[in-house]
Amino acid sequence: MAGGRRGQAHRKTSASKPIAARAPAQLDAIDRNILNRLQGGFPVCERPFLAVASTVGLEEDELIKRIGRLLEAGVLTRFGPLFNADRMGGANVLAAMSLPEADFDRIAAFVNAQPEIAHNYRREHALNLWFVGAAETPEKVESTFRYIESVSGYLVYRFPKEREFFVELKLEA
Amino acid sequence: MDHTALTPLDLALIGATQTGLPLTPRPYHAIAEQIGVSAEEVMARLALMQESGAIRRIGLVPNHYALGYVANGMSVWDVADDRVDELGEQIGRLAFVSHCYRRPRRLPLWPYNLFAMLHGKTREIVAAYAEEIRALLGEDCQASDILYSRGILKKTGLRIAM
Repeated sequence: MAGGRRGQAHRKTSASKPIAARAPAQLDAIDRNILNRLQGGFPVCERPFLAVASTVGLEEDELIKRIGRLLEAGVLTRFGPLFNADRMGGANVLAAMSLPEADFDRIAAFVNAQPEIAHNYRREHALNLWFVGAAETPEKVESTFRYIESVSGYLVYRFPKEREFFVELKLEA
Repeated sequence: MDHTALTPLDLALIGATQTGLPLTPRPYHAIAEQIGVSAEEVMARLALMQESGAIRRIGLVPNHYALGYVANGMSVWDVADDRVDELGEQIGRLAFVSHCYRRPRRLPLWPYNLFAMLHGKTREIVAAYAEEIRALLGEDCQASDILYSRGILKKTGLRIAM
């Protein structure tokens, strides 16, 4: 596995630099209303924008324009259906590594360079690198983790979910 | 784990909505036209995927940072094995918890078996949320920690083999 499965494994990337956080956006009352009411439950019908426009006090075309503007401004990362990867035969596994400061950037960039790594966060703990392996099968995620261990020389601690508890997140705008 | 086989229509729908719903008065009709099926089929399949849980929800996904939720903390708890499922259900229902999972411990480094992701505008707020969870867990919790994020190093969307 370690025998150069991927030629680009040691390619230098800037991936260990944190993605810039945006400053809080300027939102008016209508934007906040849209954000607070439409995080879920967008209808599946012929004219869905029309169906919900009145609940936020807008006309159909105004609501469409507003959502487009919120997307452009980066207030929204997405608008649409959120698929559940687990239900679709895919696999997601949370994992962590404990990296010394001197090696952190180099190994974090290497982990990021693997296409199966979806999320990667630096966190304050002895386990300081937390990432999600995502692929079509659990075996493929596992082989990515083994590859990372083999090439980096550091352990990958696997934290597969044993049970998911229902949550309903509503970020108040 | 509950796997549902993806139909060719599912794959087409995932592909067509990967970047989001079209911003047009009849978005499902636009998707139908794009993938070459009827709008009724698109809507019926999306409704079914919501019922089965293959689609968690349809709506806006806010950027936490843009809304000022800049302190994200992964709270982790060592909860008695015979109580963790019941307590996890209760914690998942708290408004400020975005994800809640039971996961294996990795002793001795990692004694925690319950993970709850907390989002707040400041670390003080996140710490106060954690206190609420601590009160709820009571004596069933032996140890806990909050791992704050020091930066997103990578974030990509759902990847599915097409």
